[in-house]
Amino acid sequence: MILVYIEIRDEQIKKASLEALSEARRQAQADEEVGAVVIGSSAEGIRASLQEYGADKIYWVDQPLLQNYTSSGYTEVLAQLVQNLAPQAVFIAATALGRDLAPRLAARLGVGLASDCIQVSREAGAFLAVRPIFAGKAWLTVRLPHQPALITLRPNVFPLEKGAQPQAEEVSPEISLTEDMIKEKVVELVKGEQEELDVTEADIVISGGRGLKGPENFELLRRLSTLLPNSAIGASRSAVDAGWIDHQHQVGQTGKTVSPTLYMAFGISGAIQHLAGMSSSKYIVAVNKDPEAPIFKVADFGIVGDLFEVVPHLEEELKKYKSQT
Amino acid sequence: MNLFVFVKRVPDTESKIRINETGTNVVFEGLNFVLNPYDEYAVEEALRIKETHGGQVTVFSVGPDETQAILKKCLAMGADEAVLIKDDEAELYDGWRIARIIAALLQKKYSEFDLLLFGKQSVGADNAQVPSMVAEMLGLPQVNVITKLELTDSKGVAYREIEGAHEKVEFNLPAVLSAQKGLNEPRYETLRGIMAAKRKQIPVLTLEELGLTPEEVKPRLEIVKVESPPARKAGQVIEDEPRVAAQKLVAFLHEEVKVI
Ligand SMILES: Cc1cc2nc3c(=O)[nH]c(=O)nc-3n(C[C@H](O)[C@H](O)[C@H](O)COP(=O)(O)OP(=O)(O)OC[C@H]3O[C@@H](n4cnc5c(N)ncnc54)[C@H](O)[C@@H]3O)c2cc1C
Ligand SMILES: Nc1ncnc2c1ncn2[C@@H]1O[C@H](COP(=O)(O)O)[C@@H](O)[C@H]1O
Repeated sequence: MILVYIEIRDEQIKKASLEALSEARRQAQADEEVGAVVIGSSAEGIRASLQEYGADKIYWVDQPLLQNYTSSGYTEVLAQLVQNLAPQAVFIAATALGRDLAPRLAARLGVGLASDCIQVSREAGAFLAVRPIFAGKAWLTVRLPHQPALITLRPNVFPLEKGAQPQAEEVSPEISLTEDMIKEKVVELVKGEQEELDVTEADIVISGGRGLKGPENFELLRRLSTLLPNSAIGASRSAVDAGWIDHQHQVGQTGKTVSPTLYMAFGISGAIQHLAGMSSSKYIVAVNKDPEAPIFKVADFGIVGDLFEVVPHLEEELKKYKSQT
Repeated sequence: MNLFVFVKRVPDTESKIRINETGTNVVFEGLNFVLNPYDEYAVEEALRIKETHGGQVTVFSVGPDETQAILKKCLAMGADEAVLIKDDEAELYDGWRIARIIAALLQKKYSEFDLLLFGKQSVGADNAQVPSMVAEMLGLPQVNVITKLELTDSKGVAYREIEGAHEKVEFNLPAVLSAQKGLNEPRYETLRGIMAAKRKQIPVLTLEELGLTPEEVKPRLEIVKVESPPARKAGQVIEDEPRVAAQKLVAFLHEEVKVI
């Protein structure tokens, strides 16, 4: 069996978890089952999706103690499940939650962990995983010799794939959990001022750098964002350090690593630390007035020009385009 | 409060990374090594906690002799003591191994502490594994990727960054925390600090002294290969007047990228 931890937020399955589930289905051998574990939720509609994306079994674990995510509580649940089911591998999406949970689980199980992987394969029974190191300047392939192979999968990299699955079997496993096992307590979820899509979860990231000249000009990018589906606002460190936008938006080596379908860089030079965070994007578009800017070396489509002239036209063209379709 | 900080020596972020001839690791010779940027926030936070609550800041690193340089930097920033756990193994990208060594250190030699502070991730290995693994090995609470911390004598509240929000997490001491950018603004070393750091002895512990055999710290991951990522091809760069450029871009988004 390959076990996939399914992350739920606001009663919805995280897309990255469905990507992990799709990959588990692709990796599973003919007679091997794919199990999906849902902790702390039993919302309607989850079952249908899990089935669609390839789960043979769904393990529901819902107890009052598991209402909010805690690393120690969720580790306990997964460790008990792994003990009972002896899966070959456990896949977890490399989200904020997954990055917190997986290493704790690895230590509990006494196995290694391949973090934030971009490719998974199997060879003679063992799992292999490819992960970027040095912020993507090199790729490392590791073999996971212990069972289960514990792997976190980078969001937006593994394609979603629906399959025609027969009815998934639903299981409510016995988990013994006591309050003293839970060592952290989430007392509040503090959301940002505007509810914005996170750069790591967006299909399109629209980023601004020092070329934007001031905080108010991020508004230009926000307007583009309303015209582009599933998009989020990113930024270079210079823009963040200048106080123009919150650090949550920073892309790069000391910010977030993103791999959206489309990354758009406005007034960003393309310093090595910035490229580290976005060069695995599928398409890169850059607007910069300096034809020598290093960002053009990685851009699929570059415009040499003043962003203050290009962006308004772009907005207009996108609006025009929208009204035609 | 007894504050322990764990720091790593990493190639600076400007480094050009080359792959060795056997394709089994990157070439470390000639790289410029620095204190892992996230660990700087952890050191700074420990110093601030000491300033408000009193106590002692001890910095630990697992690595070769050259690691002394970053430990000296931590001393110059104001840490009271630094300890090197000597380990000449090259970077193996295995968080479990390092966590195992740190857990042994804390179980056998330095068992009195209130807080274990880490960076959220070591740049290079990019694992984000060691803090959570140490927490589990010692049965401690963990809060990772924190941007704000408030402590009383026996409890803490930390704000942990997640997608588009922060979780406010309560925990009892002792605990494991890992620092994210935004937690604080690290101080520079002062000249006086640098002079004082020069005079300080850095005790060195070996893995044998921690009672660890090579077998016990054998990595849990095997390196198969290290390679350069496929190069991105530069695409088209246009210099048309803004309206035309915007039109061409919209066509590109529609026809190639297919996002509209
Ligand atoms: C340890 C460390 C970690 C770092 N981590 C990160 C990180 O995570 N993310 C990150 O981004 N950086 C990071 N950096 C910083 C990085 O080195 C660069 O300084 C930064 O990325 C530059 O930001 P920028 O491109 O916005 O600014 P600049 O390099 O100043 O570039 C601005 C660009 O805007 C263009 N421009 C100006 N006006 C216009 C206009 N009107 N129209 C069009 N173009 C215009 C200019 O031609 C220029 O290319 C890090 C640095 C260090 C040392
Ligand atoms: N060799 C090491 N010695 C001491 N601390 C380390 C070492 N490696 C990692 N750490 C700590 O663990 C954090 C996360 O590292 P990593 O799991 O490698 O991404 C780092 O920011 C350090 O605080």
